[in-house]
Amino acid sequence: MNRKLLASVGMLGIAALALTGCATPAADSGPVTITYTNFISNDGNEENLQTIVDAFEEENPDITVEVTTLPYADYGTALQTDLAAGTVSDVFDIEYSNYAAYQANGVLAPLEVANVDAYRQSLIEAYSTDGTSYALPSSFSDVVLYYNADLFDAAGLDYPTNDWTWEDEKAAAEAITDQAAGVWGDHQPISFYEYYKVLAQNGGQFLNDDKTAVAFNTPEGLEAAEWLVNKSGTVMPTIEQGQGTPDFDTNLFKDGKLGMLHTGIWVFGAVADVPFNWDIAVEPGNTDQASAVFSNAVGVSATSEHIDAATKWAEFLTSSDTMVQARLDSGWELPPISDEAQLATYLDKGAPANRQAVFDSLDGIALPPVVAEGQTEMQDIIGEELVEAQAGRKTVQEALDSAEERINAVIGG
Amino acid sequence: MSVSTVQTSILDRSKPPELTAPVRRNRTRYALTVLAFLLPSAIPLTLFVLGPMVAAAWVSLQKWNLISPMQFVGLGNYEKLLTDPVTADVFLHTVYYIAGYLPLVYFGGLALALALNTALKGRSFLRGVYFLPVVTSWIVVALVWRWLLNPSNGIVNTVLAFFGIDGPGWWSDPAWAMPSIIIASAWKDLGFVMVILLAGLQAINPDMYDAAKVDGAGWWRRLISVTLPLLSPSTFFVLVISLINGFQVFDQVYAMTAGGPNGASTVVVQQIYDLTFRYGAAGEASALSWILFIVILAITLIQVRGQRRWVNYG
Repeated sequence: MNRKLLASVGMLGIAALALTGCATPAADSGPVTITYTNFISNDGNEENLQTIVDAFEEENPDITVEVTTLPYADYGTALQTDLAAGTVSDVFDIEYSNYAAYQANGVLAPLEVANVDAYRQSLIEAYSTDGTSYALPSSFSDVVLYYNADLFDAAGLDYPTNDWTWEDEKAAAEAITDQAAGVWGDHQPISFYEYYKVLAQNGGQFLNDDKTAVAFNTPEGLEAAEWLVNKSGTVMPTIEQGQGTPDFDTNLFKDGKLGMLHTGIWVFGAVADVPFNWDIAVEPGNTDQASAVFSNAVGVSATSEHIDAATKWAEFLTSSDTMVQARLDSGWELPPISDEAQLATYLDKGAPANRQAVFDSLDGIALPPVVAEGQTEMQDIIGEELVEAQAGRKTVQEALDSAEERINAVIGG
Repeated sequence: MSVSTVQTSILDRSKPPELTAPVRRNRTRYALTVLAFLLPSAIPLTLFVLGPMVAAAWVSLQKWNLISPMQFVGLGNYEKLLTDPVTADVFLHTVYYIAGYLPLVYFGGLALALALNTALKGRSFLRGVYFLPVVTSWIVVALVWRWLLNPSNGIVNTVLAFFGIDGPGWWSDPAWAMPSIIIASAWKDLGFVMVILLAGLQAINPDMYDAAKVDGAGWWRRLISVTLPLLSPSTFFVLVISLINGFQVFDQVYAMTAGGPNGASTVVVQQIYDLTFRYGAAGEASALSWILFIVILAITLIQVRGQRRWVNYG
C-alpha cells in the first residue's frame, strides 16, 4: 500500500515539475524535443529503433526524439500511470486490443496523416474511428507453426504444409514425442490468445454478436478447448514440467527437443542460429483456417505540446523507407506498408525458407474479441479456467461453464 | 519502558495548572518547539502518507479507470466490494498467510535468538548471515525461491525425490501456492525477528536467571517463567509489526505467483494492484485500501488494549 501511495505522490511531484517546465510557451519554430515511449524495440531491437531515430533527426534537424524503452510486461501499467498523472510522452505505443478504450477516453490526438496510401489499408483502418486516424500502425506480425525438420526426418514424417489440419498435427506430434528422451511433439500455450484462435479454427466464435455474453460454450468451443488442453502431458510438457513459464517453449525448440512450436514470427531472430534444420508453415486449422494477427501502433498524446512534431515522428516511424529497411533486414516484425514490392524482398532474407507462409497466414485471420469494459478480466478468466482444466482440477466442460458464468458477469452490462 | 514513562507524565498532569498569561506564552513556545522538532518527519509524513490517504478517500467515492474523467458514485464502490465474494476471498487468503507466517517467523526467530544469545563460536558471523535476507530485495528473494520451489527441476523437489518423496507442485498448485509464499516470507524475515528478540534477551538482568537457578529451575522452567515473560515487550512489538506487515503483504506474492494459480494466492494488496492497474477500477481499489486500513487499525487497537493483560514491562 505504501508503495502505491508513494507512487501517486511521486506522480503529483512529477506533474508539478512538468507544469513548471511548461511555463515557457512552445514556439512554432525553433528546436523542439519530443518524447517517445515504446515497448516494440525492447529486448533486441533497440539499435534498429535508434537507426530510425537518427534518420528522422537528420531529416528534421529541429526535432529531437527522446526515447524511453520499457519491457512489454510493464508497459501497460506504466502507460496508465502516466496517463493518470498527465506525464505521458508525446508519442507512445499502443496495441490493437487497447485502441478502442484509449480512443473512447480521449487520450489520443486525431492525426492528420500526410500519406495515408503508404499504409496497408486494413491496418490503417483498424486505428481510425469515424474516418479519422487516432493512431498509426507501426508493424504487424502473425503466429505460425515452427517445426524442427530434423525431428520430422528422424520420425519419417512429411513436413507440415499449408493444408494441414489438427488431425495431421496430432498424428505428427504423437509420432515425434519421446518422453523418455525428453523430446516433445508440440507446444501451444493454453491461454486466451490461443483459445479465441482455435475457436475460430473450429468455426466457433468467442462473443455473441452484440458482445454482451460469451458464445464459446458450444460443442465447437468444447472441442477447441480440448484440442488445447489435451496436448498437455501427452505431446506437450505439463505445467509441473515447466510449461507456461516465459521462454520455456522457444528454449525447448532451440534445444532441438520440440517438434512443433506455435508462436509469432517475432521469434525468427531468436531461433536463427540453431544447429538443426527448421522451417515454418501456416497454422493448421480444423474446419477453418484462422491465424492470429497482431499489430502495434503509435498514438500521439492529446495533451502533447508539440502535436505537429509528434505526428511527423509518428508517421516517419511507421512509414519511412528507413523503417522498412530496418524491419526487413532484421526480421523485426513486418512494416505496415502497402507496397508489396518492398515486402517481397522479405521473402529472400534467409531462414526460415518458407517466409511465404507469413503472408499466406493473412488469408484467414482471427481477430481477438474486444469488449468495451472488462477486457483484461475476460482474458484472465478464460486463461485461468483453461489452466484449471489443464492441471486436471476441472474437466474441460466444467472450466468452460465456469468461464462462461464469470465472464458474463463482468461484461454483461 | 518509554511508554510507561509517557503514561506517568500524562497522569501527573491530571490537574492542569491555572493558565496565567506568561504560562500561556510558555506553552505556545513549547508547542512551537515541539513542532519544529517534529517537522522533519511531519513534512514527509503529510506529503507521502496523509495527503495520499485523503486523496485515496476521495478517489474511493469515484468510478475511475485512471484515464477518463472521474465519475462520482458515492459509497457505491464500498457497497460493491462488501457484497463481492472475491473481497472475502482475498481477506481469507491474507489471514491464511498470516496464520502460517506468524508462528513460523516468531518461533523460528526465538529459537535463533536463544541459540545466538549463548557463547556460541562465531555467533557474530551467524547473526550477520541470518540478517542478510532481511536487507535483500524481495524481488531477488522471490525469484530465488521460485527456482528452489520449481516443481519440475527445483532443488527442494529434487532433494525430496532423493528420499523417495513426490514433491508438491508448489507455486503451480493452488493448494501449495500460499505455503510456498509463507515459507519464503518466513525465511526472509527470520533475521529481523531474531534481532528484535536478541535485543530483548540481552536486556534481561542475568540476576533473574541466577535467582531462578538457586530456586532449582531447569532450562525449560527458566525459559517459560523468566525469559518469555521478560521478553514480552519485544514479543508484543514483533506481533504488532508482523500483523501490520502481514496484512500488507504484496511484493513476494506479486513476484512469486502474481496471485495465482486461479486466484488461490490473491491477497488484499494484490487485489488492490490488479483492480488499479489491470482492471481499470482505481475507485474500487482505493475503497479496498481504506477497508484494509480500517481492518489493520482495528486489529492494532485491539492488540494495544490487550497488551495490558500479558505484556510485562518489568
